[in-house]
Amino acid sequence: MDSLTNFWSVYSNLVLTLGTNSLLALSIYLTLSCGMLSIANAAFMGIGAYASALLTMHYGVSFPVALAAGMVAPAVTAFVIGKPTLRLSGVYLAMATLAFGEVVRIAVLNAEPVTGGALGLNGIPQSTQWWHVALALVLTLALLWRLRQSKVGRAFEAIKEDETAAGLMGIDVGAHKLLAFVLGAAIAGLAGTLNAHLTFFIGPNEYGFDRAVDILTMTILGGIGGLNGPVVGAVILTLLPELLRSLKDFRLVVNGFILVLIVLFLPKGIWDPARIRQWFGRKGTPS
Amino acid sequence: MLEQQLVNALSLGCVYALFALGFTLIFGVLGVVNLSHGAVFMVGAYAARAVVARFDFPLWAALLFVLLFCGLLGLVIDFLVLRPLRARNAPHLIPMIATIGVAIILNNGVQGLFGAENLRFPSGLVSEETLSLGGLHLTALDLGIILLSFALMAVLLLALKKTQLGRALRAIAESPKAAYLLGINVEGLFLLTSFVAAALGGLAGVLIGLYSNALFPLMGQPMLHKGIAVIILGGMGDIRGALLGGLFLGFAEVLSVAYIGSSMRDAVAFGLLFLILLVRPKGLFGSQQERKV
Repeated sequence: MDSLTNFWSVYSNLVLTLGTNSLLALSIYLTLSCGMLSIANAAFMGIGAYASALLTMHYGVSFPVALAAGMVAPAVTAFVIGKPTLRLSGVYLAMATLAFGEVVRIAVLNAEPVTGGALGLNGIPQSTQWWHVALALVLTLALLWRLRQSKVGRAFEAIKEDETAAGLMGIDVGAHKLLAFVLGAAIAGLAGTLNAHLTFFIGPNEYGFDRAVDILTMTILGGIGGLNGPVVGAVILTLLPELLRSLKDFRLVVNGFILVLIVLFLPKGIWDPARIRQWFGRKGTPS
Repeated sequence: MLEQQLVNALSLGCVYALFALGFTLIFGVLGVVNLSHGAVFMVGAYAARAVVARFDFPLWAALLFVLLFCGLLGLVIDFLVLRPLRARNAPHLIPMIATIGVAIILNNGVQGLFGAENLRFPSGLVSEETLSLGGLHLTALDLGIILLSFALMAVLLLALKKTQLGRALRAIAESPKAAYLLGINVEGLFLLTSFVAAALGGLAGVLIGLYSNALFPLMGQPMLHKGIAVIILGGMGDIRGALLGGLFLGFAEVLSVAYIGSSMRDAVAFGLLFLILLVRPKGLFGSQQERKV
């Protein structure tokens, strides 16, 4: 029991980060599953983190309310920018959402009286308990799983496969895309809120381009065929730097190599049921 | 005062254009958003500093060395990473993720080798003389950057427009499959494009390194963001668009620093980019293509 307590006191942050990173990976999975490459999720995470942290720090709001605010703020932002932005597709959407992310980061950087500028916000109450993260992850997974089974989920799939054809079948492409975008933003905001109340400190540069790319990488690496992929990807990319700690300066180099190798040799991501079945000798359809 | 700002804007814009040229070439011909271009840019700057500081290369030799070194680096990246993905016909997101991995390797490799501190070029590498033209002061560096950039851009534009090679490249940009059927050596030209693009990126790295006189392992990241902004402005894969977009961004940045304040410098670039994308989804100079059913 003692060793368990010990382990927890050293690694609790890491374990909870696994949870929040999984949430982030799922948030971008949602937009990807609707055929949109949006990389604004780091910005939405930041909006959620700042909104909730400001509320708990300056207004003494209780944690559940802050959580709700941390989800609503990015969702509303997503709704406002969604309408004009989602007309874009493919790489252009990626670039526009990337630009939006930079604008948010720079806005936070310059709104010093409110956000603390480059110094960030310090002394956020540490209200996130392990079961908050676990519950959030389970609820999100359940919601997304249910969504996949529903008419809306099938519509997402149709839009992903062929937008024009989906539109001709009578699917309201715009509304579905907006739904996926807003929902993704809310999940990212949830992750941001949990993360902010875990780490005590947030700063604008945590929510920049690099974070956006990290989130995308986790999801693609894990595979976007189902809900397991993003979670697996998030777990691996969060643990990898820790496992490679002994390599010191060059650990991120190895991290990069592993990323390239996985992309080269596991085309569908790490979580690829057909391949796993193949490996373990059971009959499966190699794709 | 305004004229002086315009000179600064022109030299900065030229470097942006050079960087964006390589970026847009890769996208236009290979169809890949190459997120390792910023890292190659950084490697260029470090390589130039290494040969100048260790082996006393004169500047022109260092520039030539960087052209070759970064070109080869581009070749290696293409050969080891992008080519297998092409062979597999991977969707366009996948090569992009792979280049993120390459960027991580390069950024952290350089940091491991040279440390995270800022490095400088040895002083006296570029002459301190300035040229005065009717109240305008052009430093030798400004002049060098502007002339070199325009010369390279002119060569590239002419090569693409007038030579058989350029025609072949434009055919590939249109459709690699059709180009292959016409007997064009598609694979060879992909490699050539990777070489040229990376060489241009590395060269831009040296020029920025000289201009700001500070090299650090992550110097490529902000440049990458700007490169993305530039090729969006210009329409992705559009060579002339990248030139105009680069110059435009240079002017927008310098003027916004002069008239709004330095903290808003990056916000102007990206705010502008965001707005332009909303109004003209294919970029300022890009042409609209609607999919026909």
